[in-house]
Amino acid sequence: MQEQQHRIERQVHLPLSKAFEIALRNIRIRFGRSMITASGILLGIAFLATVITQIAAQNALNIEVTEELRMRNIWLVTLALLMSTIGITNSMLMSVTERFKEIGTMKCLGALDRFVVTMFILEGMLMGVIASVLGAVVGAGVQLLAIGFGQGWSVIGKLDWGVLTGRLGLCILLGGGLTFLATIAPAYRAAKMPPAAALRVEI
Amino acid sequence: MASNEYVVRTKDLSKEFMLGGVPLRALDNVQLDIRRGEYVSIMGPSGSGKSTLFNMIGGLDKPTHGTVFINDVDMAQLDAQELAYLRCRTIGYIFQTFNLIPVMTALENVTLPTVFAGVPTDEGIERGIELLNIVGLGERLHHKPSELSGGQQQRVAIARSLANNPAIILADEPTGNLDLKTGKEIITLLKKLNQEQGVTIISATHDLKMLDVSDRVVWIRDGRIERIEERADLDIKVGEMEGVES
Repeated sequence: MQEQQHRIERQVHLPLSKAFEIALRNIRIRFGRSMITASGILLGIAFLATVITQIAAQNALNIEVTEELRMRNIWLVTLALLMSTIGITNSMLMSVTERFKEIGTMKCLGALDRFVVTMFILEGMLMGVIASVLGAVVGAGVQLLAIGFGQGWSVIGKLDWGVLTGRLGLCILLGGGLTFLATIAPAYRAAKMPPAAALRVEI
Repeated sequence: MASNEYVVRTKDLSKEFMLGGVPLRALDNVQLDIRRGEYVSIMGPSGSGKSTLFNMIGGLDKPTHGTVFINDVDMAQLDAQELAYLRCRTIGYIFQTFNLIPVMTALENVTLPTVFAGVPTDEGIERGIELLNIVGLGERLHHKPSELSGGQQQRVAIARSLANNPAIILADEPTGNLDLKTGKEIITLLKKLNQEQGVTIISATHDLKMLDVSDRVVWIRDGRIERIEERADLDIKVGEMEGVES
Protein backbone atom coordinates (compact mmCIF):
# COMPACT_ATOMS: atom_id res chain seq x y z
CA MET A 1 0.00 0.00 0.00
CA GLN A 2 2.55 2.53 1.14
CA GLU A 3 4.93 1.61 -1.68
CA GLN A 4 2.53 3.14 -4.17
CA GLN A 5 2.60 6.40 -2.34
CA HIS A 6 6.13 7.12 -3.43
CA ARG A 7 4.76 7.89 -6.86
CA ILE A 8 3.11 11.26 -7.13
CA GLU A 9 0.54 11.56 -9.85
CA ARG A 10 -1.66 14.42 -10.87
CA GLN A 11 -4.94 14.88 -9.10
CA VAL A 12 -7.57 14.91 -11.83
CA HIS A 13 -10.80 14.03 -10.15
CA LEU A 14 -13.48 16.72 -10.24
CA PRO A 15 -16.56 15.37 -8.47
CA LEU A 16 -19.20 17.61 -10.07
CA SER A 17 -22.16 16.00 -8.33
CA LYS A 18 -20.45 16.61 -4.97
CA ALA A 19 -19.85 20.26 -5.86
CA PHE A 20 -23.51 20.59 -6.78
CA GLU A 21 -24.62 18.91 -3.57
CA ILE A 22 -22.47 21.18 -1.39
CA ALA A 23 -23.61 24.28 -3.31
CA LEU A 24 -27.26 23.34 -2.83
CA ARG A 25 -26.79 22.74 0.89
CA ASN A 26 -24.98 26.02 1.34
CA ILE A 27 -27.93 27.82 -0.22
CA ARG A 28 -30.38 25.94 1.99
CA ILE A 29 -28.46 26.45 5.20
CA ARG A 30 -28.18 30.20 4.64
CA PHE A 31 -31.67 30.37 3.21
CA GLY A 32 -32.54 33.87 4.44
CA ARG A 33 -29.45 35.43 2.99
CA SER A 34 -29.68 33.40 -0.21
CA MET A 35 -33.17 34.81 -0.66
CA ILE A 36 -31.94 38.38 -0.22
CA THR A 37 -29.18 37.79 -2.77
CA ALA A 38 -31.60 36.14 -5.16
CA SER A 39 -34.19 38.89 -4.78
CA GLY A 40 -31.59 41.43 -5.93
CA ILE A 41 -31.29 39.64 -9.26
CA LEU A 42 -35.02 38.89 -9.29
CA LEU A 43 -35.95 42.57 -9.02
CA GLY A 44 -33.45 43.64 -11.67
CA ILE A 45 -34.70 41.04 -14.15
CA ALA A 46 -38.34 41.76 -13.24
CA PHE A 47 -37.79 45.41 -14.09
CA LEU A 48 -36.25 44.46 -17.43
CA ALA A 49 -39.19 42.13 -18.10
CA THR A 50 -41.76 44.88 -17.42
CA VAL A 51 -40.00 47.18 -19.87
CA ILE A 52 -39.89 44.44 -22.51
CA THR A 53 -43.57 43.63 -22.02
CA GLN A 54 -44.45 47.33 -22.22
CA ILE A 55 -42.57 47.62 -25.51
CA ALA A 56 -44.42 44.54 -26.82
CA ALA A 57 -47.75 46.23 -25.94
CA GLN A 58 -46.73 49.46 -27.65
CA ASN A 59 -45.75 47.51 -30.75
CA ALA A 60 -49.11 45.73 -30.72
CA LEU A 61 -50.92 49.06 -30.58
CA ASN A 62 -48.61 50.65 -33.16
CA ILE A 63 -47.63 53.39 -30.74
CA GLU A 64 -44.51 55.24 -31.82
CA VAL A 65 -41.93 55.31 -29.06
CA THR A 66 -39.85 58.48 -28.94
CA GLU A 67 -36.10 58.11 -29.05
CA GLU A 68 -35.85 59.97 -25.74
CA LEU A 69 -38.15 57.52 -23.98
CA ARG A 70 -36.29 54.58 -25.45
CA MET A 71 -32.95 55.90 -24.23
CA ARG A 72 -34.37 56.56 -20.79
CA ASN A 73 -35.64 52.98 -20.61
CA ILE A 74 -32.27 51.58 -21.60
CA TRP A 75 -30.59 53.77 -19.00
CA LEU A 76 -32.96 52.70 -16.22
CA VAL A 77 -32.68 49.01 -17.08
CA THR A 78 -28.87 49.21 -17.22
CA LEU A 79 -28.78 50.88 -13.83
CA ALA A 80 -31.10 48.29 -12.33
CA LEU A 81 -29.04 45.41 -13.68
CA LEU A 82 -25.77 46.99 -12.57
CA MET A 83 -27.12 47.30 -9.05
CA SER A 84 -28.26 43.68 -9.08
CA THR A 85 -24.84 42.55 -10.25
CA ILE A 86 -23.08 44.58 -7.57
CA GLY A 87 -25.45 43.12 -5.01
CA ILE A 88 -24.78 39.53 -5.96
CA THR A 89 -21.01 40.14 -6.19
CA ASN A 90 -21.11 41.52 -2.68
CA SER A 91 -23.03 38.54 -1.32
CA MET A 92 -20.74 36.07 -3.04
CA LEU A 93 -17.68 37.88 -1.65
CA MET A 94 -19.18 37.60 1.81
CA SER A 95 -20.10 33.97 1.28
CA VAL A 96 -16.54 33.22 0.14
CA THR A 97 -14.87 35.20 2.93
CA GLU A 98 -16.75 33.52 5.74
CA ARG A 99 -15.81 30.16 4.26
CA PHE A 100 -12.07 30.68 3.80
CA LYS A 101 -11.36 28.07 6.45
CA GLU A 102 -13.67 25.57 4.79
CA ILE A 103 -11.98 26.19 1.45
CA GLY A 104 -8.52 25.73 2.99
CA THR A 105 -9.69 22.50 4.59
CA MET A 106 -11.09 21.17 1.33
CA LYS A 107 -7.81 21.91 -0.39
CA CYS A 108 -6.03 19.97 2.37
CA LEU A 109 -8.30 17.03 1.63
CA GLY A 110 -7.31 17.09 -2.02
CA ALA A 111 -9.77 19.49 -3.65
CA LEU A 112 -8.47 21.13 -6.81
CA ASP A 113 -8.79 24.87 -7.34
CA ARG A 114 -11.23 24.04 -10.11
CA PHE A 115 -13.47 22.21 -7.62
CA VAL A 116 -13.64 25.26 -5.35
CA VAL A 117 -14.38 27.58 -8.29
CA THR A 118 -17.03 25.19 -9.62
CA MET A 119 -18.68 24.93 -6.22
CA PHE A 120 -19.09 28.71 -5.84
CA ILE A 121 -20.15 29.25 -9.45
CA LEU A 122 -22.78 26.53 -9.11
CA GLU A 123 -23.99 28.17 -5.92
CA GLY A 124 -24.22 31.56 -7.62
CA MET A 125 -25.80 30.18 -10.78
CA LEU A 126 -28.42 28.19 -8.91
CA MET A 127 -29.57 31.36 -7.19
CA GLY A 128 -29.12 33.51 -10.30
CA VAL A 129 -31.02 31.31 -12.74
CA ILE A 130 -33.93 30.59 -10.40
CA ALA A 131 -34.18 34.29 -9.51
CA SER A 132 -34.03 35.28 -13.19
CA VAL A 133 -36.82 32.88 -14.16
CA LEU A 134 -38.98 34.14 -11.31
CA GLY A 135 -38.04 37.73 -12.16
CA ALA A 136 -39.03 37.34 -15.80
CA VAL A 137 -42.35 35.71 -14.86
CA VAL A 138 -43.18 38.25 -12.14
CA GLY A 139 -42.11 41.27 -14.20
CA ALA A 140 -43.99 40.23 -17.32
CA GLY A 141 -47.03 39.13 -15.26
CA VAL A 142 -47.31 42.41 -13.39
CA GLN A 143 -46.94 44.43 -16.57
CA LEU A 144 -49.52 42.31 -18.40
CA LEU A 145 -52.00 42.91 -15.57
CA ALA A 146 -51.26 46.63 -15.72
CA ILE A 147 -51.83 46.66 -19.48
CA GLY A 148 -55.01 44.62 -19.13
CA PHE A 149 -56.50 46.96 -16.54
CA GLY A 150 -55.17 50.16 -18.08
CA GLN A 151 -55.51 49.68 -21.80
CA GLY A 152 -58.03 46.88 -22.02
CA TRP A 153 -57.63 43.10 -22.12
CA SER A 154 -57.93 43.02 -25.91
CA VAL A 155 -54.37 44.35 -26.14
CA ILE A 156 -53.07 41.14 -24.55
CA GLY A 157 -54.50 39.16 -27.44
CA LYS A 158 -52.75 41.34 -30.00
CA LEU A 159 -49.28 40.88 -28.48
CA ASP A 160 -46.66 39.10 -30.55
CA TRP A 161 -46.19 36.27 -28.08
CA GLY A 162 -43.38 34.64 -30.02
CA VAL A 163 -41.21 37.74 -29.83
CA LEU A 164 -42.15 38.44 -26.21
CA THR A 165 -41.32 34.93 -24.96
CA GLY A 166 -38.08 35.01 -26.90
CA ARG A 167 -37.09 38.29 -25.28
CA LEU A 168 -38.07 37.09 -21.81
CA GLY A 169 -35.89 34.04 -22.47
CA LEU A 170 -33.03 36.41 -23.26
CA CYS A 171 -33.74 38.18 -19.92
CA ILE A 172 -33.22 34.89 -18.12
CA LEU A 173 -29.99 34.23 -20.01
CA LEU A 174 -28.83 37.74 -19.16
CA GLY A 175 -29.62 37.19 -15.48
CA GLY A 176 -27.66 33.94 -15.51
CA GLY A 177 -24.77 35.58 -17.36
CA LEU A 178 -24.58 38.51 -14.94
CA THR A 179 -24.61 36.14 -11.96
CA PHE A 180 -21.80 34.19 -13.55
CA LEU A 181 -19.75 37.37 -13.98
CA ALA A 182 -20.51 38.43 -10.42
CA THR A 183 -19.45 35.07 -8.97
CA ILE A 184 -16.30 34.33 -10.91
CA ALA A 185 -14.04 36.90 -9.23
CA PRO A 186 -14.85 35.93 -5.61
CA ALA A 187 -14.67 32.24 -6.52
CA TYR A 188 -11.27 32.63 -8.13
CA ARG A 189 -9.98 34.61 -5.19
CA ALA A 190 -11.01 31.80 -2.85
CA ALA A 191 -9.55 29.02 -4.97
CA LYS A 192 -6.17 30.63 -5.56
CA MET A 193 -5.40 31.21 -1.89
CA PRO A 194 -2.63 29.01 -0.48
CA PRO A 195 -4.31 26.64 2.02
CA ALA A 196 -2.16 27.95 4.88
CA ALA A 197 -3.41 31.49 4.32
CA ALA A 198 -7.01 30.32 4.03
CA LEU A 199 -6.74 28.35 7.28
CA ARG A 200 -5.19 31.28 9.14
CA VAL A 201 -8.13 33.59 8.50
CA GLU A 202 -10.13 34.40 11.61
CA ILE A 203 -13.49 36.07 11.23
CA MET B 1 7.69 0.79 15.22
CA ALA B 2 9.75 3.35 13.38
CA SER B 3 11.79 2.09 10.44
CA ASN B 4 15.00 3.56 9.12
CA GLU B 5 13.30 4.92 6.05
CA TYR B 6 12.69 8.67 6.12
CA VAL B 7 9.19 9.77 5.25
CA VAL B 8 9.85 13.49 5.79
CA ARG B 9 13.14 15.32 5.37
CA THR B 10 13.68 19.05 5.48
CA LYS B 11 16.86 20.72 4.29
CA ASP B 12 17.86 24.30 5.22
CA LEU B 13 14.20 25.12 5.58
CA SER B 14 13.51 28.84 6.08
CA LYS B 15 10.40 30.94 5.88
CA GLU B 16 10.16 34.69 6.04
CA PHE B 17 7.00 36.70 6.37
CA MET B 18 6.72 40.40 5.70
CA LEU B 19 5.26 41.99 8.79
CA GLY B 20 4.52 45.68 8.32
CA GLY B 21 7.29 45.94 5.74
CA VAL B 22 9.85 44.22 7.99
CA PRO B 23 10.88 40.65 7.16
CA LEU B 24 10.23 38.27 10.01
CA ARG B 25 12.06 34.96 9.99
CA ALA B 26 9.53 32.39 11.21
CA LEU B 27 11.74 29.41 10.37
CA ASP B 28 15.52 29.52 10.26
CA ASN B 29 17.47 26.71 8.59
CA VAL B 30 15.52 23.82 9.99
CA GLN B 31 16.91 20.34 9.34
CA LEU B 32 14.56 17.60 10.42
CA ASP B 33 14.35 13.96 9.38
CA ILE B 34 11.35 11.90 10.38
CA ARG B 35 11.31 8.12 10.05
CA ARG B 36 8.37 6.13 8.80
CA GLY B 37 6.14 5.06 11.66
CA GLU B 38 7.48 7.60 14.14
CA TYR B 39 5.35 9.65 16.52
CA VAL B 40 7.01 13.05 16.59
CA SER B 41 5.89 16.05 18.60
CA ILE B 42 7.01 19.51 17.60
CA MET B 43 6.92 21.51 20.83
CA GLY B 44 7.32 25.19 21.35
CA PRO B 45 5.54 28.27 22.63
CA SER B 46 3.13 30.22 20.41
CA GLY B 47 4.97 32.12 17.73
CA SER B 48 7.95 29.75 17.85
CA GLY B 49 7.42 28.69 14.24
CA LYS B 50 5.91 25.26 14.82
CA SER B 51 2.75 26.01 12.87
CA THR B 52 4.86 27.42 10.05
CA LEU B 53 6.87 24.20 10.04
CA PHE B 54 3.59 22.25 10.03
CA ASN B 55 2.43 24.21 6.97
CA MET B 56 5.70 23.63 5.13
CA ILE B 57 5.72 19.88 5.79
CA GLY B 58 2.08 19.67 4.78
CA GLY B 59 2.64 21.50 1.52
CA LEU B 60 0.19 24.20 2.59
CA ASP B 61 2.66 27.03 2.12
CA LYS B 62 5.89 27.48 0.19
CA PRO B 63 9.24 27.93 1.96
CA THR B 64 11.37 31.01 1.26
CA HIS B 65 14.52 28.86 1.13
CA GLY B 66 15.25 25.19 1.45
CA THR B 67 13.32 22.08 0.61
CA VAL B 68 10.89 19.59 2.06
CA PHE B 69 11.04 16.01 0.84
CA ILE B 70 8.05 13.75 1.34
CA ASN B 71 8.95 10.14 0.51
CA ASP B 72 12.04 11.54 -1.25
CA VAL B 73 9.91 13.76 -3.49
CA ASP B 74 10.90 17.44 -3.47
CA MET B 75 7.65 19.29 -2.85
CA ALA B 76 8.86 22.48 -4.54
CA GLN B 77 8.97 20.59 -7.84
CA LEU B 78 5.29 19.63 -7.73
CA ASP B 79 2.64 21.54 -9.64
CA ALA B 80 -0.79 22.34 -8.21
CA GLN B 81 -2.39 19.08 -9.29
CA GLU B 82 0.46 16.96 -7.98
CA LEU B 83 0.31 18.82 -4.67
CA ALA B 84 -3.42 18.16 -4.49
CA TYR B 85 -2.72 14.48 -5.13
CA LEU B 86 -0.15 14.45 -2.32
CA ARG B 87 -2.45 16.25 0.12
CA CYS B 88 -5.26 13.90 -0.78
CA ARG B 89 -3.47 10.55 -0.45
CA THR B 90 -0.15 10.87 1.34
CA ILE B 91 -0.94 13.32 4.14
CA GLY B 92 -3.86 13.47 6.56
CA TYR B 93 -4.45 16.76 8.36
CA ILE B 94 -5.87 17.38 11.82
CA PHE B 95 -6.46 20.92 13.07
CA GLN B 96 -6.91 22.62 16.41
CA THR B 97 -10.33 23.91 15.37
CA PHE B 98 -11.37 20.53 13.87
CA ASN B 99 -12.34 22.19 10.55
CA LEU B 100 -15.17 19.87 9.66
CA ILE B 101 -17.42 20.97 6.81
CA PRO B 102 -20.47 22.27 8.71
CA VAL B 103 -23.09 21.40 6.08
CA MET B 104 -22.04 17.73 5.95
CA THR B 105 -22.67 14.84 8.34
CA ALA B 106 -19.86 13.00 10.15
CA LEU B 107 -19.89 10.23 7.55
CA GLU B 108 -19.91 12.67 4.63
CA ASN B 109 -17.00 14.55 6.15
CA VAL B 110 -15.01 11.34 6.47
CA THR B 111 -15.80 10.22 2.92
CA LEU B 112 -15.01 13.60 1.32
CA PRO B 113 -11.28 12.81 0.78
CA THR B 114 -12.27 9.53 -0.91
CA VAL B 115 -14.56 11.51 -3.22
CA PHE B 116 -11.62 13.73 -4.19
CA ALA B 117 -9.50 10.62 -4.71
CA GLY B 118 -12.06 9.20 -7.13
CA VAL B 119 -12.94 6.19 -4.96
CA PRO B 120 -16.36 4.70 -5.91
CA THR B 121 -19.13 5.98 -3.60
CA ASP B 122 -20.03 2.63 -2.02
CA GLU B 123 -16.42 1.85 -1.26
CA GLY B 124 -15.93 5.32 0.23
CA ILE B 125 -18.97 4.97 2.47
CA GLU B 126 -17.82 1.54 3.64
CA ARG B 127 -14.41 2.97 4.45
CA GLY B 128 -16.01 5.94 6.24
CA ILE B 129 -18.15 3.70 8.45
CA GLU B 130 -15.17 1.52 9.26
CA LEU B 131 -13.07 4.54 10.26
CA LEU B 132 -15.83 6.11 12.36
CA ASN B 133 -16.13 2.77 14.16
CA ILE B 134 -12.39 2.76 14.79
CA VAL B 135 -12.56 6.21 16.41
CA GLY B 136 -15.59 5.14 18.44
CA LEU B 137 -18.28 7.13 16.63
CA GLY B 138 -20.10 4.29 14.88
CA GLU B 139 -23.35 5.50 16.44
CA ARG B 140 -23.01 9.07 15.24
CA LEU B 141 -22.62 8.61 11.47
CA HIS B 142 -25.37 10.96 10.42
CA HIS B 143 -24.85 13.78 12.91
CA LYS B 144 -23.78 17.21 11.74
CA PRO B 145 -20.65 18.71 13.36
CA SER B 146 -22.84 21.17 15.29
CA GLU B 147 -24.55 18.19 16.96
CA LEU B 148 -21.26 16.74 18.21
CA SER B 149 -19.03 17.68 21.18
CA GLY B 150 -15.52 19.04 20.62
CA GLY B 151 -13.92 15.67 21.35
CA GLN B 152 -16.32 13.91 18.98
CA GLN B 153 -15.65 16.47 16.25
CA GLN B 154 -11.93 15.87 16.62
CA ARG B 155 -12.53 12.12 16.35
CA VAL B 156 -14.39 12.71 13.09
CA ALA B 157 -11.46 14.83 11.92
CA ILE B 158 -9.05 12.00 12.82
CA ALA B 159 -11.20 9.49 10.91
CA ARG B 160 -11.25 11.90 7.96
CA SER B 161 -7.47 12.28 8.02
CA LEU B 162 -7.17 8.48 7.62
CA ALA B 163 -9.66 8.19 4.77
CA ASN B 164 -7.15 7.58 1.97
CA ASN B 165 -4.64 5.53 4.01
CA PRO B 166 -2.06 8.31 4.29
CA ALA B 167 1.58 7.66 5.19
CA ILE B 168 1.64 10.72 7.44
CA ILE B 169 -0.81 12.39 9.77
CA LEU B 170 -0.05 16.02 10.47
CA ALA B 171 -1.76 17.40 13.54
CA ASP B 172 -1.67 21.10 14.43
CA GLU B 173 -2.47 21.53 18.14
CA PRO B 174 -4.98 18.65 18.03
CA THR B 175 -5.79 19.02 21.75
CA GLY B 176 -5.69 22.82 21.84
CA ASN B 177 -9.46 23.28 21.96
CA LEU B 178 -10.24 20.31 24.20
CA ASP B 179 -10.44 19.85 27.96
CA LEU B 180 -7.86 17.77 29.81
CA LYS B 181 -9.73 14.47 29.77
CA THR B 182 -10.88 14.72 26.13
CA GLY B 183 -7.41 15.82 25.11
CA LYS B 184 -5.95 12.71 26.74
CA GLU B 185 -8.44 10.51 24.89
CA ILE B 186 -7.47 12.07 21.57
CA ILE B 187 -3.77 11.56 22.29
CA THR B 188 -4.40 7.92 23.21
CA LEU B 189 -6.36 7.46 19.98
CA LEU B 190 -3.55 8.97 17.91
CA LYS B 191 -1.01 6.73 19.60
CA LYS B 192 -3.20 3.68 18.98
CA LEU B 193 -3.47 4.52 15.27
CA ASN B 194 0.28 5.07 15.16
CA GLN B 195 0.91 1.61 16.62
CA GLU B 196 -1.86 -0.35 14.91
CA GLN B 197 -1.87 1.24 11.47
CA GLY B 198 1.80 2.21 11.35
CA VAL B 199 0.97 5.75 10.27
CA THR B 200 3.63 8.39 10.97
CA ILE B 201 2.28 11.09 13.27
CA ILE B 202 3.72 14.58 13.36
CA SER B 203 2.07 16.86 15.83
CA ALA B 204 2.73 20.54 16.47
CA THR B 205 1.71 21.16 20.03
CA HIS B 206 2.44 22.80 23.34
CA ASP B 207 0.47 20.18 25.23
CA LEU B 208 2.87 18.42 27.59
CA LYS B 209 0.56 15.38 27.69
CA MET B 210 1.96 14.56 24.24
CA LEU B 211 5.40 13.85 25.74
CA ASP B 212 4.27 10.48 27.10
CA VAL B 213 3.42 9.01 23.72
CA SER B 214 6.06 10.63 21.51
CA ASP B 215 9.00 8.70 20.07
CA ARG B 216 10.83 12.00 19.64
CA VAL B 217 10.20 15.55 20.71
CA VAL B 218 11.52 18.44 18.67
CA TRP B 219 11.74 21.65 20.67
CA ILE B 220 11.45 24.78 18.58
CA ARG B 221 12.22 28.32 19.65
CA ASP B 222 12.43 31.44 17.49
CA GLY B 223 12.23 29.41 14.31
CA ARG B 224 15.19 27.17 15.16
CA ILE B 225 15.37 23.64 16.49
CA GLU B 226 16.56 24.09 20.05
CA ARG B 227 16.96 20.40 20.84
CA ILE B 228 15.59 17.00 19.89
CA GLU B 229 14.82 14.53 22.64
CA GLU B 230 14.61 10.81 21.98
CA ARG B 231 12.23 8.47 23.74
CA ALA B 232 15.15 7.38 25.97
CA ASP B 233 15.74 10.92 27.24
CA LEU B 234 12.05 11.36 27.93
CA ASP B 235 11.76 8.18 29.99
CA ILE B 236 14.50 8.87 32.45
CA LYS B 237 12.03 9.52 35.21
CA VAL B 238 9.89 6.49 34.39
CA GLY B 239 12.70 3.98 34.00
CA GLU B 240 15.00 2.65 31.34
CA MET B 241 12.87 -0.25 30.11
CA GLU B 242 11.30 1.55 27.16
CA GLY B 243 14.48 3.43 26.46
CA VAL B 244 16.33 0.23 25.58
CA GLU B 245 14.08 -0.75 22.70
CA SER B 246 14.35 2.51 20.80
